[in-house]
Amino acid sequence: MDLPTFWFCVIALLWLGYLFLEGFDFGVGMLLPFLGREEAERRVMINTIGPVWDGNEVWLIVAAGATFAAFPGWYASLLSTAYLPFLVLLLALIGRGVAFEYRGKVDSDRWRRGWDTVIVLASWISPLVVGLVLSANVFGLPLDANGDRVGSLLGIFSLPSVVGALAVCGFALVHGAFFVTLKTEGELRVRARKFALRLGVPLLLPVTALVLIAQFTQGTAWTWVPLVLAVLAAVAGFLRLRGWRDGQAFALQGVALAAVVVGLFGTLWPNVLPSNLDPAWSLSVAGTASSPYTLTVITWVAAFGTPAVLVYQGWTYWVFRKRIGTKHIPKVHAPS
Amino acid sequence: MDLLDIARWQFGITTVYHFLMVPLTIGLSILVAGMQTAWYRTGDRRYLKMTKFWGKLMLINFAMGVVTGIVQEFQFGMSWSAYSRFVGDVFGAPLAMEGIVAFFVESTFLGLWIFGWDRLSKGVHLACAWAFSLATVASAYFILAANSWMQHPVGIVFTDGRPRLDSIWAVLGNNTVLAAFPHTVFGCFAVAGAFLVGISAWQIWKHHRDTVGKNPDLAGRTDEQNEDRKVWHGSLRLGAWVGVIAFAGLAISGDLQAKLMFEQQPMKMASAEALCHTEQPAGFSIFAVGDVGRSNCEDVKSLTVPYLLSYLANGDIHSEVKGVQQLIGEYQAAYGSHYPDDPRLGPYAGKPIDYVPNLPVTYWGFRFMIGFGAVAAAGAVVVLWLTRKGRYPKWRWWTPLAVLSIATPYLGNSFGWIFTEMGRQPFVVAPNPNPSGVDGVFMYTATAVSSGVTPGEMLTSLIGLTSIYGVLAVIEVFLIVRYVRGGIAGVLPPEPPEGKKESDEALSFAY
Repeated sequence: MDLPTFWFCVIALLWLGYLFLEGFDFGVGMLLPFLGREEAERRVMINTIGPVWDGNEVWLIVAAGATFAAFPGWYASLLSTAYLPFLVLLLALIGRGVAFEYRGKVDSDRWRRGWDTVIVLASWISPLVVGLVLSANVFGLPLDANGDRVGSLLGIFSLPSVVGALAVCGFALVHGAFFVTLKTEGELRVRARKFALRLGVPLLLPVTALVLIAQFTQGTAWTWVPLVLAVLAAVAGFLRLRGWRDGQAFALQGVALAAVVVGLFGTLWPNVLPSNLDPAWSLSVAGTASSPYTLTVITWVAAFGTPAVLVYQGWTYWVFRKRIGTKHIPKVHAPS
Repeated sequence: MDLLDIARWQFGITTVYHFLMVPLTIGLSILVAGMQTAWYRTGDRRYLKMTKFWGKLMLINFAMGVVTGIVQEFQFGMSWSAYSRFVGDVFGAPLAMEGIVAFFVESTFLGLWIFGWDRLSKGVHLACAWAFSLATVASAYFILAANSWMQHPVGIVFTDGRPRLDSIWAVLGNNTVLAAFPHTVFGCFAVAGAFLVGISAWQIWKHHRDTVGKNPDLAGRTDEQNEDRKVWHGSLRLGAWVGVIAFAGLAISGDLQAKLMFEQQPMKMASAEALCHTEQPAGFSIFAVGDVGRSNCEDVKSLTVPYLLSYLANGDIHSEVKGVQQLIGEYQAAYGSHYPDDPRLGPYAGKPIDYVPNLPVTYWGFRFMIGFGAVAAAGAVVVLWLTRKGRYPKWRWWTPLAVLSIATPYLGNSFGWIFTEMGRQPFVVAPNPNPSGVDGVFMYTATAVSSGVTPGEMLTSLIGLTSIYGVLAVIEVFLIVRYVRGGIAGVLPPEPPEGKKESDEALSFAY
């Protein structure tokens, strides 16, 4: 494998890490008003992701940074073409991050309700936008020869990109419900499991639609493999959840996601960002890659950095591995 | 306003705003790690109180630094896509390194620190504090290496009209970043120092006035009160020492940086001095009257210290310093007098290039940077003198003044960034007229902006970001004020009676 293709895979992997990790913390935020019936339960839900959501978000920052370094043309075209969607994503992530951090800083119901609203809204908006731009990226954008957008912003909205937005949203909901089942105890856990088992299949329909569109429009023979694998893993996940094996269920859900991401990026290759005006204007892996020296440099950094990241992030999850319930949450302590 | 103006305002606003959070985060997280180390080594409860109190303020601020940082990274691609395409081969590498090496460490270990008070052993928990605070410093290094490359492009070969990275070590070891990094980090400590001084002074005034000028161990006060008084007095002295040392570092690194700038970007320094014509020897301008107006340096009458500018520029009081007028000619000869006639340049296509950066901004930006820095340092020295041996001044105006002084290093930092970024205009990647870097690699700001974005979209984001930043500023200040007023009791719950602690507590410090 040459270096540009290797970095294409690395970026797919970073997106996978991002969708897997922030997928469940988006889901927790989205489910907050549905599963968390009282304040104590909402605090339990937020605290299941409390120590880790910030680290999860860095996967997005690194995905963008790595794209900038490895494929500057891809980074420039995607972010400028989807300017307003990215703005909305930024505003949502700003609100979300601040809300988690500030929610418990004042002991007042009004204050907490206000920030809960921000968390819920931002947790719904972010996966919608991520799904929209990622699938628009896979299916192509109206780019001219220079990689700039032709026409208005509406060019980003197409059937596949809207399905993609719903797909990431649906996935985050299911993934979040699996995660809450895995991380909590008592009534909250029962409720989250019931939610996943009842609504899981319909919520994953957009994901199925998305991969099928990708397969039939730009798939190749081998991309059938991850597609089938994704379905099998998802089904197995639900079965394990039914048997109260939440850990395995959550892991299988991750396998399904990995297969979907591999499949989608697989149908994208050898492009990084297709132009749907003229195939000759599509940005390709080879055409937008940085020089071999730059790629070598960041390969070394990634070779040493990534294992370390996996180890200490994994360790964080280990440190906070205990299920939490309402009785574990300490009293609010804030200046009055 | 056209697209370029909006994009520049947006970059300026988001950057200055981001850099209100970053210095306090960097400076304070190192100091908090130091306080926690002191607690770890001595077991003295005073240090625990310090760690908890200043740590809480650090966290309130940290959140804002993180979320505004994401905007910075995405903005390059969103608003400056032509720039990103041009420099991606070089500029992206330190940015990716910042993510992999610094951001992951910062965010992961910060989470461990916040939630790990009882779950981790004391030593491991302390190590987490050092991990995230040192990672903030590492992150500053990578981003400054990227910025320094824009000021002084090195480590590249120029092929097919694009810079290609040739040596990452040259980029990371750029003499510009070697000067800018200590300068910036000392600036961060100046902010943290003033923050400690101002807030501690207020606390002493509010809660411990009766101990002013006396031995803090007073009869008739609880041990807790006496201990708190020592916490504030200790924090105050620590802040003042940090402020003094930071200023010394700022002066030395700033002088180094200025000498490099005279060599690498002579126009920036000539504008900073409003030095119209080449002089030998040249004097340093203290204050200017008359019109420091755009592109017209002729009417400036300034009060100067003879020989000083020559010394600052070259370390030699008799040396020549080039003036704006002569440099315009040199820049035109080297880089052309008109923008290319390319429709993608919009209103700038084919127009003459103005090589003189905005004079009032560069001239006063430079002076305010130094001036506010000096005021902060003088304040720190006065504080050290007045609070020696447990003393504390009794004057009424003392506390408000100490609180106000928190603003001085912030202002110094902001003016410093405005000066260094605006002084580089009209370039976004500045060329090296005295080639110590790679000659001929440069990019005009007018050619860097995204060409596929409409002014309407750009304006939407300018308004959106500025409004949310405004709201968040109010909230952050509200929270900081609240926690400052709450003092130690607001961050450290009273000790539970022996043995009553729940053993299966999963979280000690939850959201």
